[in-house]
Amino acid sequence: MKDYRIKVFKKASFCRHFENQVYKAAQEKHIKFPFYLSAGQEYIPASIYTILEEKGIDANVFIQHRGHSHYLCKGANPIQLIDELLGRKTGCANGMGGSASIHSFEKNIFGHDGLMGSQVPIAVGHVYETRKPTIVIMGDASAEEDYVLGALGWASTKNLPILFIVEDNNLSILTEKKVRRNWEMVDVTKGFNMEAHNINDNPISIWSSLINYDFSYPMLLNINTTRKYWHAGAGKDDEYNTQYEMELKALGEIAEQIDIENKQLVEKLWQQQLEIQ
Amino acid sequence: MAATVRDTIKEITRKHLSEGKGKCYGQCLTAVGWVGGTLPEMYEDEGMVELSMADVAGGAIVTGVALANGRPIYVVRYQGFQWYNAASIVNYAAKSKEIWNRPCPVFVRSIAMEGGVGPVAGSSHHSLVHRMPGIKVISPMTPDEYQLAYDCYMNDDEPYYVSEHRKSYDNTEELFNIIHSTADFTIFPISITRLEMKKLIQLAENENIKLNVIHQLWLKPFKIDTNWLIALESSKYGGLVTDDDYVEGVASSIANELSVATGKVVHTLGLEPRTAGFHPSVDNLPPTAEKIIEKLKQIKNGF
Repeated sequence: MKDYRIKVFKKASFCRHFENQVYKAAQEKHIKFPFYLSAGQEYIPASIYTILEEKGIDANVFIQHRGHSHYLCKGANPIQLIDELLGRKTGCANGMGGSASIHSFEKNIFGHDGLMGSQVPIAVGHVYETRKPTIVIMGDASAEEDYVLGALGWASTKNLPILFIVEDNNLSILTEKKVRRNWEMVDVTKGFNMEAHNINDNPISIWSSLINYDFSYPMLLNINTTRKYWHAGAGKDDEYNTQYEMELKALGEIAEQIDIENKQLVEKLWQQQLEIQ
Repeated sequence: MAATVRDTIKEITRKHLSEGKGKCYGQCLTAVGWVGGTLPEMYEDEGMVELSMADVAGGAIVTGVALANGRPIYVVRYQGFQWYNAASIVNYAAKSKEIWNRPCPVFVRSIAMEGGVGPVAGSSHHSLVHRMPGIKVISPMTPDEYQLAYDCYMNDDEPYYVSEHRKSYDNTEELFNIIHSTADFTIFPISITRLEMKKLIQLAENENIKLNVIHQLWLKPFKIDTNWLIALESSKYGGLVTDDDYVEGVASSIANELSVATGKVVHTLGLEPRTAGFHPSVDNLPPTAEKIIEKLKQIKNGF
């Protein structure tokens, strides 16, 4: 299990340093449009794709904004993401997608149009046609969209091979979940006759929930997590108590070494792309 | 016996499904009427897929099918329902190719009807999607036109909004342009108003008004034929675009393009700018031949 945790940390650490560099690039005015950082939530994609790699499953993935870490953890090209954030034609979405609408042909990651939660019914339609393992990511706010609930019901009715992930950071901009609703996604999903679990973003919890899942039926995981940055990095929610900081401390020296190497690698990538005129 | 528009749609759909080209999606497809008799009696295992009654989700689910190149035919039984159903068609399917170079072709059968169907379901709503980039809008009213719409879709990689009208389903005749060397007006009819043209010409002759008629099939992209410009330029009182949508949309857009190209005044006539009620006394119907001739007389008389 320690090997698994180290593999997950390696991905998460890369994402964290990538997002820190995005934040820095924005502060230095290299990025000139709103961006959505996944820092703090990186343990969800880092764990999921580590598990799927071990299981040999290459799923189609539908992401939303705050999707940088899903893009990176699934192994898509970080240079193309940097270029995308810099608005270049060489970006992963030809400079059209910005931060919120990124995608990767090579890694079967599908972009998002900007209507919160639209990726959920679109993913359901896609998997109905392909019948290939599919993952769709949403936030706890997007999950409230009426068309998300309609799509969950249809996926259940058709018994589609799709994993719904709710990255539940308890916030929609700054409005807490308890202000917006008195129900939980897990309960609603079970009402649709679908398997659902409410867990936290600890890599062991995610492992336990996914290791025996074979995509032969639909399932939803509501994963409680902590967002580090507000929308467009305008503010911070929690500096020190995300899963990344906890694992960095728990794994000790080996994690510290990985972290230093990732920091240097990400800084080098950004530096090299920023130097291109 | 000549094939009707209904027969044509039904046969296109049957072949589309049975030859494995794609599936047909929609709500209540396998109901008693089979969508005005335009669908073959087939079920999910043969490709006729019933969506749930969640309209917005349904449109997005079909968009996902299209993204996987499933070549879906998506049936929306009333055009007014597009206010819910079209959200992902115009915001994802129509943009996917441009942003991500991932084509998302879908054939949206958007069906209009009038008469006692109230404030949402009635009439055409093609203006709703017309303003959005990346989607093609066509309004076939004849068997050959419908076949053309389908053939173009199958040879294209973009979403198609097919603005149908239930009153055209019995039609067997093709509709041809009528262009004189000189005329009083050139009419550019859209959708079901095209079926009023035969009667309109008779009424116009009674009033000594000479008409050119240039039928509008492709609403987007809108390409002007040189012969249309010649006809309009030689029309004494200019042109008139007729539609069964509100005029603040496709009709005004086409009128503007024609006007800019020729310098001629091009008027519009469509639904009245009010909400339709259910009772005949408060309904809002597309312009009839009688209503169109009155409009022409008003223009001619300078009102």
